[in-house]
Amino acid sequence: MEQIIFYCFAAVLIFAATMVITVRNPVRAALFLVLAFFTSAGIWLLLEAEFLALTLVLVYVGAVMVLFLFVVMMLDINLSSLQEGFTRYLPLGILVAALITIEMLAVLGASHFGLDIVPAPVPQPDDYSNTKAIGLLLYTTYVYPFEIASVILTVAIVAAITLTLRDNKSRKAQIVSEQIKVRPEDRVRVVKMDAVKKEPES
Amino acid sequence: MIALSDFLILGALLFSLSVLGIFINRKNIIILLMCIELMLLAVNLNFVAFSHFSGDVAGQIFVFFILTVAAAEAAIGLAILVVLFRNLNTINVSELDRLKG
Repeated sequence: MEQIIFYCFAAVLIFAATMVITVRNPVRAALFLVLAFFTSAGIWLLLEAEFLALTLVLVYVGAVMVLFLFVVMMLDINLSSLQEGFTRYLPLGILVAALITIEMLAVLGASHFGLDIVPAPVPQPDDYSNTKAIGLLLYTTYVYPFEIASVILTVAIVAAITLTLRDNKSRKAQIVSEQIKVRPEDRVRVVKMDAVKKEPES
Repeated sequence: MIALSDFLILGALLFSLSVLGIFINRKNIIILLMCIELMLLAVNLNFVAFSHFSGDVAGQIFVFFILTVAAAEAAIGLAILVVLFRNLNTINVSELDRLKG
């Protein structure tokens, strides 16, 4: 049963990846990439990595791919000029990809990582929590890398906003040179007048 | 049962497909970014598979960090893409030759 699920998901994953790289329209490519991420999450569930599978769906499908779709829709792209050289580099690309695949198959094939060499692990008990295991490790051994990751995310936010922020006039900002140039005489007018106002004579 | 090699071969196929995608879509920078995401996915698949078969959760921590960095990379990459399009009105890689490299 597990094998049927795995091979179905693997076929869908390869199909989705092929569509991502061959389809003309970037919006469709992004949607097929969503399918690829979703299928990968299914495969990760088979590998008992439940927390990461859910994170993949939440972070990638929910945030990164929506960001991609927004950007693709915001830009007005001339598609025809982007497709130049599609067939020109296809033979070279297939050659390189096939070489990479053959090399990896030679190293990673069943003769080195088959079931008789790396036996399948015992399934975890029912009360095993993958999230708890990850959390225990993440907040003890890997707490400094975890904090560095949060800094990286903050830097990414700041960088993305700084890059795309337009200097429009409606923005309220200080102009320091103008502020320093101001003299007291420009702002305050001292008016001489009597301290006590005379009673009007009746 | 599914062997470790099956997962590794799936990851290898995914990786080569994204390499092929970078070769044939060399003009379209959006598809190039998507191919990079696919590559990271293939790497993550290997990490998770090894973590499962060796019974060590540390591999999944690595995937967690790769996800974080990939999200940051996608955000900054797309921001640069938007600025690029605003300035040059194109995202064609062959027309991005301002630095004369």
